Amino acid sequence: MRIVVLVKPVPDTASGGERLRPDDWRLDRAAVPAVVNANDEYALEAALKLTETHGGEVAMLTMAGPTAPETMRKALAMGAASGTLVTDDALGGSDVVSTTRVLAAALKGLEYDLVFAGADTSDGGGGVVPAGVATLVGLPYLSYAARIEPNLETKRVRVHRISPTGYDVLEAPMPALVVATQALGEPRYPSLKGIMAARSKTIETTGIPADTAPDAGTLGGAASTTAVLAAEAPPPRAATRVVRDPADEAARQVVEFLAERRII
Amino acid sequence: MAAAGSAGAIWVHGETAPDGSLARISTEVATLARTLAKEAGRAAVGIVVAADPAAAAAELATYVPRVLAISEPATANHAAATIVGQRLAALIDRDKPAYLLAGAGPEGRDAAGVVSALTGLGILVNATAVRWEGGPVVEMSVFGGKLNTTSRFVGDSGIVTLRPNVISAEPARTSGSVEKTDAPGELALPQVEIVDRVEAATTAAPIEEARIIVSGGRGVGGAEGFKLVEEIADALGGAVGATRAAVDAGWIPYAQQIGQTGKIVKPALYLALGISGAIQHKVGMQTAETIVAVNRDPDAPIADFADLVVIGDLFEVGPALLAALRARAG
Repeated sequence: MRIVVLVKPVPDTASGGERLRPDDWRLDRAAVPAVVNANDEYALEAALKLTETHGGEVAMLTMAGPTAPETMRKALAMGAASGTLVTDDALGGSDVVSTTRVLAAALKGLEYDLVFAGADTSDGGGGVVPAGVATLVGLPYLSYAARIEPNLETKRVRVHRISPTGYDVLEAPMPALVVATQALGEPRYPSLKGIMAARSKTIETTGIPADTAPDAGTLGGAASTTAVLAAEAPPPRAATRVVRDPADEAARQVVEFLAERRII
Repeated sequence: MAAAGSAGAIWVHGETAPDGSLARISTEVATLARTLAKEAGRAAVGIVVAADPAAAAAELATYVPRVLAISEPATANHAAATIVGQRLAALIDRDKPAYLLAGAGPEGRDAAGVVSALTGLGILVNATAVRWEGGPVVEMSVFGGKLNTTSRFVGDSGIVTLRPNVISAEPARTSGSVEKTDAPGELALPQVEIVDRVEAATTAAPIEEARIIVSGGRGVGGAEGFKLVEEIADALGGAVGATRAAVDAGWIPYAQQIGQTGKIVKPALYLALGISGAIQHKVGMQTAETIVAVNRDPDAPIADFADLVVIGDLFEVGPALLAALRARAG
């Protein structure tokens, strides 16, 4: 089976270097290293496990700036077979609408039984793009998966979708789009062999797909439906009170503190 | 061009809970919609699309003056968001409201994504505050809480998803009306069957709505250690949370995870036990009103942003705290 995973390079949250350029309020990508979005790694891991069980391979689809292949190599080192990067200067500053349209158009040029996406990204965190992509491509949409069970004979996929009270067992014909969560299991670290192999794997770079609806002129930052007015660091929290007393005295102080704040 | 009476309206996606009642997040979204509509001099309208929308629609009408209830039998045994999204898109096309507000939880996000794809409406996601200045001006927290941005729509329409627990739900003084209606058009998108609904065996309280969360990390040491976390949570009347490390180790279910790949919470008290406070966890809990931590390591990141930190052994401080809380409760 063939699984395409949507992978987004995001600023490394651990770097602390994220900032927006004050002239256009876009991410200053030069100021911060990029990593594979954490939820996308869970999607990749789930895809790799499934192809190890059922045969086939995992491809990745990314829409990002021209430096994305650096980050995409990490996913290739985990075990993905190949990648497609959609990149174009005009796509800088793309909003949800543009991103959804471009990814949907790019998917139409690929072959797959399943498309996986991460539940949301660590930068914007909207979690709305996968549903939009499934809608535009016309794929069955199975979200918030804690388990994914494709059946190659019946050409159907079963997914445990996390619900407020447990989970729903969803079923749909393939091809379908599945949104992955951390409940699928911890992503592997790339092995040395994987890192070596990734060097010779192909990342195909393409421009805006020709059949992107409605047309390429309505895409990217110039066509954004939203605009940032301001960006600032959140106000710092108050100073920390440090308690180093023995356990009983420390516990007494915690209880007193909670009572003062009317929490208990 | 616009249907009479509803032009420029602010709509609320009325989400239903598994039991058919109105989801809690929708009471917050509806409160926001009513506040904005009042400031803008526009109508606030609730929309409920469900197999049996009556109960949720009646509850939504206690928040906004007018609710449209659309009976959609297919949602009884099919994944709802794609169906609800199509109905919302068709109604938006017909009635031309200006804005659609939805919750930023799984159902609201899924529906918003579908509606945006079908209508071309833009989305401002994960709003933490919204004010009206000729249109919604939306504050959101990005890059894991390192920046707060303020944004607006370029045109005069769009979709806003609202984070849970940032608005206090408040019913209106007078209840509104519920109208049963049909959405135009066909359901063209493929449907996803629900073949079973499974209730989780866990009795853990949901963390998203908890006023107090007691959370454990790597320092808790194992599933056994989580018993102490649970006991302290019980004594405080709170819910149990966890870090990614504790979940990946299998000590506690994923549903309880707080952080970058888990849930984002905003309780009155966040008690962090054996949690270092790495950025991936911090993003999920840093807006808690009060943060108290117990950690052995005085250099742990959490010691920099907690309101109070006890430097000590969790398995000494924890039982002492439990005893003190129980003594206080009598």
